[in-house]
Amino acid sequence: MVAVLIKIFGTENIEIAEDVVQDALVSALETWKFRGVPDNPKAWLYRTARNKAIDIIRRKKHSKTIDFSDPERKLLTSEYTLASTMDNFWKEQHIKDDFLGMMYACCHPDISSENQVTFILKSLCGFSTKEVARSFLTSEDTISKRLYRTKEYFRKHKIRPRIPFPEEINAKTKVVLSTIYLMFNEGYNSTHSDQLIRKDLLSQALWLCKSLLDNERTQLPEVYALMALMLFHTARVDSRISDDGELILLSDQDRSLWNQKIISQGNNYLNQSAFGESLSTYHLEAAIAYQHCTASSYGTTNWKEILSYYDLLLTIDNDPIVLLNRCLVILELNGPEEVLKTIEEIKGHKIMSKYYLYHAILGEIHERLMEPNKAIKYYQQAIELTQSQPEKQLLQKKIGRILN
Amino acid sequence: MKEFLMLIRGGQEKYNSVSPEDMQKHMEHWQQWMGGLAKEEKLVGGQPLMNEGNTMTEGGKKVTDRPFAEGKELVGGYLLIKANSLDEATEIAKGCPSFEYDCSVEVREIAPMA
Repeated sequence: MVAVLIKIFGTENIEIAEDVVQDALVSALETWKFRGVPDNPKAWLYRTARNKAIDIIRRKKHSKTIDFSDPERKLLTSEYTLASTMDNFWKEQHIKDDFLGMMYACCHPDISSENQVTFILKSLCGFSTKEVARSFLTSEDTISKRLYRTKEYFRKHKIRPRIPFPEEINAKTKVVLSTIYLMFNEGYNSTHSDQLIRKDLLSQALWLCKSLLDNERTQLPEVYALMALMLFHTARVDSRISDDGELILLSDQDRSLWNQKIISQGNNYLNQSAFGESLSTYHLEAAIAYQHCTASSYGTTNWKEILSYYDLLLTIDNDPIVLLNRCLVILELNGPEEVLKTIEEIKGHKIMSKYYLYHAILGEIHERLMEPNKAIKYYQQAIELTQSQPEKQLLQKKIGRILN
Repeated sequence: MKEFLMLIRGGQEKYNSVSPEDMQKHMEHWQQWMGGLAKEEKLVGGQPLMNEGNTMTEGGKKVTDRPFAEGKELVGGYLLIKANSLDEATEIAKGCPSFEYDCSVEVREIAPMA
């Protein structure tokens, strides 16, 4: 609803759009309290918001707040065309397009990724400022500032929310997907929160991705692949945390808890993603996740296949994190001596010394090499580098295991 | 480009007797026609008018509580458009949906007073 109203009033008037939504919701609460909820509450809300929008247009027709020079908005200034133009904005297909258009606008490369996610959660997912603040474990003040900055950006640059033209859709969708995946990862592996998994963020990320798939213009192979990838991860959510909130490693997870229905949904999307010429990192990550999801036990995992996907991933993007994860696969496939050679190759990467996983893996390698002192040293470094409480607990447990 | 005023007269009686569905269809025609003008940047503005009004005469001293004209002569709306010539403005006016309601349309160029 906000997206439609932003389209009507322009991105320089996001506050007006938000006010209209707020007003419509308040009217709904007041009216429904006495007369009961109408048969079609959504239509009722839309109708109310539409009428409020008309009031505002009439009131601000001669002020400079709204830019009426746009041909479509020009028609809002005449009573001959105000009502039917307004109705046009509220057609089902336009509402959906505006939603996606707003998503692309939020994911403008000039807006920092945390501001993107913040703004999307607030304006498209309907989170309150408080809820967004909780998602990032930060103050409402910080969130308000981020929202303000994004709005200022929109105002200054008069960004028009729209689904990109075919020739630019690939590049722009990439940014949108990485924002969705960032949101998902924040939910899946909360860096800022005591809670390791935040299901609300997971479901929002899935929902945003699904809305891209519902529109013909944005049904790109990578979108299907990301959907598959996120579903494979989601299927395993319940087995990742013990009842006491402790992190459980893949090797120790109870595979009977994995949601087979979600896995098969993911599989469907993965199959659908196999068109066009682009093999994205999402395709490969999804393929890796698929291998994990379909292995009956940790021991019978098809590590060879997984290693080949990692090798392909490296040809697309020489990402140190991918290199690191690849080391884990080599550890399973060829043992600790072999992996020590591989990890030697990435030692020089700047981010490694600060990345907890690098130290955690070295700890694991040395533990398997029966070098307890070295292993403990690495685990301790890893503990210092991670913010996540459950991660810390898990590493502490490993140290305890060696000492006993 | 010059500016032209389109004065739309009459049609009130027919408007009042039409079904809501037909009215909606009619308004969609306005939407399409004016939308086309807006896209070509030929639309300046315009509004329909209420039937009621006051008319001042005798130097503003006498007030009659209705418009001066009646029936077919009553102005029901106006539009300001841009066009290169009176001929072009006339061609544009021929597409006006008000003809569906037997209105008459008068096109006049805005006079530059300098």
